[in-house]
Amino acid sequence: MSSTNRTVVVTGIGATTPLGGDSATTWEGLLAGRSGVKPLEGERFAELPVQIAATAAVDPGDVLPRPLARKLDRSAQFALIAAREAWADAGYTGPAGEDERIAPERLGSVIASGIGGVTTLLDQYDVLKEKGVRRVSPHTVPMLMPNGPSANVGLEVNARAGVHTPVSACASGAEAIGYAIEMIRSGRADVVVAGGTEAAIHPLPIAAFANMMAMSKNNDEPAKASRPYDTARDGFVLGEGAGVVILESEEHAKARGAKIYCEALGQGLSADSHHIAQPEPSGRGIASALRHLLETTDLKPSEVVHLNAHATSTPQGDVAEIKALRQVFGDDLDHVAVSATKSMTGHLLGGAGGIETVATVLALHHRLAPPTINVDDLDPEVEADIVRDEPRALPEGTIAAVNNSFGFGGHNVVLAFRSV
Amino acid sequence: MAFTQEQLVEGLAEIVNEIAGIPVEDVQLDKSFTDDLDVDSLSMVEVVVAAEERFDVKIPDEDVKNLKTVGDAVDYILKHQA
Repeated sequence: MSSTNRTVVVTGIGATTPLGGDSATTWEGLLAGRSGVKPLEGERFAELPVQIAATAAVDPGDVLPRPLARKLDRSAQFALIAAREAWADAGYTGPAGEDERIAPERLGSVIASGIGGVTTLLDQYDVLKEKGVRRVSPHTVPMLMPNGPSANVGLEVNARAGVHTPVSACASGAEAIGYAIEMIRSGRADVVVAGGTEAAIHPLPIAAFANMMAMSKNNDEPAKASRPYDTARDGFVLGEGAGVVILESEEHAKARGAKIYCEALGQGLSADSHHIAQPEPSGRGIASALRHLLETTDLKPSEVVHLNAHATSTPQGDVAEIKALRQVFGDDLDHVAVSATKSMTGHLLGGAGGIETVATVLALHHRLAPPTINVDDLDPEVEADIVRDEPRALPEGTIAAVNNSFGFGGHNVVLAFRSV
Repeated sequence: MAFTQEQLVEGLAEIVNEIAGIPVEDVQLDKSFTDDLDVDSLSMVEVVVAAEERFDVKIPDEDVKNLKTVGDAVDYILKHQA
């Protein structure tokens, strides 16, 4: 049971996103090229320079029973909904132990968020100021701690091999999935529930990101605001939701006759050590992560046919990523269908690696790359094959895909998946 | 004004329903908050704060641990209400 370098596969997926309340409707929305960005209604957003966001298509409060929902931060609500879908999709019928095909000691949970329970923190501070000490919810600490979503998902499925929460801003979700792959590969677990979640649509984070000049201010045309690779891109659009996958050792999945979406090959990691929030313009840190991926997995650039890019729609970041890909993949980048799904979902920060892994897994499974919308005038510096407007069929045979995530702090995480 | 035992049970039932989702008819004097009504120690703090507001009574933290059943809470409030 503790053998190392085991093959890891994806056996379940779940999501709740600005495009839909589950992975199927999210995927339909991605293929249809639908934008999930909407105007932010309400007085509390009225003074902000940014008044748009990709809010969840289905409010988690409409899905979870109220007594449960009121004890969970919105980020944990999203994570739980996505994890339940993924767990059922993987064919498990109850928590570990109750479903005897997985022992609690062999099951892990690794769910990350970039910011944690920020809306709980801010809302409870309002309660403190307006209603007094006694009214501050006793659930505040478990709700605002960034490991809350992972711990709540762990409780749901009875995970006892380990519950973890890597935090690396917008790379958090991807780092969680990479960590989970390593847990299985190293023999610590047979199955891990892994992904990312975020719920930060609140005036304070929006004001803060806007003051960094990181966000699009295209309030008049919400559906056109997130436009990676377009010459008129002016920043990211904040999104919310969660994406979760069930990772499993191939041996364990096959022994129980599970459906297998694809192989999770592994991760490449690096740090820019350049600036706390600015992308390194040459892309050297990203290139280093891609090389690390190629060194630590048997992925060959020749088999990569699809990339779910980080591409947040910022002027510098989108180009640096493509430069890095060109440095490492060379001419092999020419046969990579590049999709920037944040053009539709907005940027889910720590949730991005989660929902984009779900999208990457589905792209391999259906052999279909989702489109990038709003590329009306392709930036000439983007020397790559961007899938625009319509989905694109991916080739037959063994194919692989890469999912990139980068975070403030200079974190670079690249994940690779291969068809089975 | 003083609340009657009946009013207190009814009010606590509504509070427990709001916090733990237990049907109001199941909240009765002999029921344990933790064992019967799905109210854990954190949620019990919420029940206490809601009861303090609703019944205009103070329930200090050190007394909360003695309130095992709905009946314990009703008796406490009956005794301590203004």
